[in-house]
Amino acid sequence: MNAPRYSRGGRPRPVGSAVDLYVWYAVRLSSLALFVLALAHFAMTHFVFDPADQSAEWVRQARWSSVALRALDWGMLMAVLVHGFLGMRTVLQDYVPSRVRSLSLGALYALALILFVLGTQVVVTLPMD
Amino acid sequence: MSRGSGPLASPQRLRNYPSYRGGEGMVAWAFHRISGIGVWLFIILHVIDIWLIGANPEAYDFLGQIYSSPPGRVMETVLGAALFYHALNGMRIVVMDFWPALTAYHRQLWRIVWIVFFALGLPGAYIILKPIWEVAG
Ligand code: HEM
Ligand code: HEM
Repeated sequence: MNAPRYSRGGRPRPVGSAVDLYVWYAVRLSSLALFVLALAHFAMTHFVFDPADQSAEWVRQARWSSVALRALDWGMLMAVLVHGFLGMRTVLQDYVPSRVRSLSLGALYALALILFVLGTQVVVTLPMD
Repeated sequence: MSRGSGPLASPQRLRNYPSYRGGEGMVAWAFHRISGIGVWLFIILHVIDIWLIGANPEAYDFLGQIYSSPPGRVMETVLGAALFYHALNGMRIVVMDFWPALTAYHRQLWRIVWIVFFALGLPGAYIILKPIWEVAG
């Protein structure tokens, strides 16, 4: 029996497919970045500031006032796209019938590409004074 | 050939997962998957709303009013709970994946997840929700 010995909640390290193995690692590495970035971001947007304060003009002046802060948000964008979309790849592979599986994965990656473009565009092009 | 990889892919596969025969492992996994999908759905909305800061600031500010309205705050509390559970349980998974010896303590780790979740989550929820009754009162 080749049942994984160490798994109490996570997907066992895949054997047999190199792509699945890279995905497995990518989900875990990006999760380490997100643990810091996403939780800090949620704390910033809710405990340090309040959603009521965060108008478009305020974000431009107070939050995206330096290249470093923008780069940090862009890094979080990359981490969440890698993590969320590779995570959803596993979810789709589990539930989508094999007939339409590659179609659904294509749609998933296309959506990731669109969000990559939109998210990058605003962080790069929003005027900074 | 089935390429699915999760425990619910088929009953056959379910039997191959020692930890998915019910108990905390199963609950932890189901919550992790549901919260992951939920936060992913929010990210689709969120990248678009942040994009509006450049494309249409008025529309962004309008969305911001929805976020900070009472129902919006309740939704954000739910989002924060999903994110926080997913993050804590995700760290539990990663820790056991990279230090398999700790798998022996998976029950204790699972308890720590919930202790931290409530110890930090309840005050956090209070801060997010407080403006609702401050405005009302
Ligand atoms: C905040 C820190 C986070 C940590 C520590 C974390 C950790 C993890 C880990 C370890 C897995 C793999 C589970 C497995 O293989 O069984 C995973 C899966 C997943 N994560 Fe995260 N994650 C985080 C944030 C996020 C965010 C922000 C999203 C939303 C975009 C997300 C969406 C997902 C999805 C959709 C899956 C696949 C669920 C499944 O296969 O059951 N995660 N996460
Ligand atoms: C309701 C809760 C949230 C609110 C109100 C919020 C608010 C904001 C705001 C105001 C910004 C602009 C820049 C900044 O202030 O840093 C931003 C950017 C961003 N947020 Fe959130 N956020 C929330 C939750 C999340 C979560 C859970 C994630 C998951 C990781 C996330 C990921 C991002 C990313 C990646 C960016 C940068 C987008 C880009 O570069 O295009 N946010 N958010």
